[in-house]
Amino acid sequence: MYDVIIVGSGPAGLTAGIYASRSKLKTLLLTSQVNPSLITTTDLVENYPGFPGGINGFELIERFKEQALSFGLEIAENDVSSIEKIVRDSVESWRVTASEHAYEAFSLIIASGTEYAHLNVPGEERYTGKGVSYCATCDGPFYRDAPVAVVGGGNAAVQEALFLTRFARKVTLIHRRDRLRADKVLQDQATANEKIDFMWNSVVDEVVGDDLVKAVTVSNVNDPQNKQTLEVQGVFIFTGNIPNTGFAKGLMDCDDKGFIKVDSEMRTSAKGIFACGDCTQKLLRQVVTACGDGATAAFAAEQYIQEIKGTSYTSWDAA
Amino acid sequence: MTEGTFVDNPDHPIVLTDTDIDKAIAKYPFIIVDCWAEWCGPCKMLGPIIESMAKKHQGDIVFAKLDVDGNPQTASKYSIRSIPNLIVFKDGRKVGDIVGAMPENKLLERINTFR
Repeated sequence: MYDVIIVGSGPAGLTAGIYASRSKLKTLLLTSQVNPSLITTTDLVENYPGFPGGINGFELIERFKEQALSFGLEIAENDVSSIEKIVRDSVESWRVTASEHAYEAFSLIIASGTEYAHLNVPGEERYTGKGVSYCATCDGPFYRDAPVAVVGGGNAAVQEALFLTRFARKVTLIHRRDRLRADKVLQDQATANEKIDFMWNSVVDEVVGDDLVKAVTVSNVNDPQNKQTLEVQGVFIFTGNIPNTGFAKGLMDCDDKGFIKVDSEMRTSAKGIFACGDCTQKLLRQVVTACGDGATAAFAAEQYIQEIKGTSYTSWDAA
Repeated sequence: MTEGTFVDNPDHPIVLTDTDIDKAIAKYPFIIVDCWAEWCGPCKMLGPIIESMAKKHQGDIVFAKLDVDGNPQTASKYSIRSIPNLIVFKDGRKVGDIVGAMPENKLLERINTFR
């Protein structure tokens, strides 16, 4: 029986892990074998305090992990499939099933993050790994001197477009609106970069090719009949995020898109379950806000556990 | 072990290069080549899974690793555009590939479809 089980190994989950294990809570962190934290595929994180000049996302997470392990955090690589309520010594607790293992805890901290949304257009699935990519840092180097497209207008799209200019001959940024949503500093870098072109008010209708991607067909949102073909070898898609919260449905309140609703103490509608980071409904999804949420969630979980242990009369008090 | 000489039933992923990959494909009737690179986060997640599978399936499936960064010919020959990318070779020829990291049980399922 754990005091707390943390689901997810991004900045939110690992910060919760640092705080919980440093508070001597018996803590287990479950990390996915399939979905790495999105920050691990981010080339450069420039706005996390303490790293002037920026830091690579993978390296940042390795540091988080090292710090958490130094406080005794236990980590298991298992993907969560379901969560159910149980009663242990007359206290409501939770059982987490993950890759054929079952774990039990008094409280849970959900920090399962998001994954990149798909466009859901013809050709996208067929050419995934054959020109369609959701990870510029993984696949960018395969496009040396090639023309590529980036779809999206937020921070991820612009940051990755800038990264791709190191390899690609030309990067065309396709965005459905007439201006970028990304931070001004990224916008300025992108507009100043000679390798980056913009296709405004445009959406991808189809990805086409033979064995590999050869082009995308693009239409104008204001004039859908106005279609053009853009010859590219790679299509990098960063059009938004969907939460990894399938296992949470029915257990706690989520918004229409599946983001978990939390209060200012990171409490969900399910007693004893806290949530933090990108998987929650919030204004700003960044490493620094995820860390803040994670610390709050761990502290709130600690208070919750003290409360239930204090009011209960069974043996774990002495443990 | 000198380059290009391979043991019969390795219990760990063998390391391949542009130079000796063809020899390995010719030698082993069923070999999975994990194309990876240092710069790729998901590749690093898949690494331990491949290690574990190589041990469990010793004598049945041979696993190999190829660093695409130092071996561009293989990446180009097999049109690799995304990593991690596992190329499946059966009886000396490519029968498929598996793109992206996934848990061990899912990966084994995918591999078995190529038998």
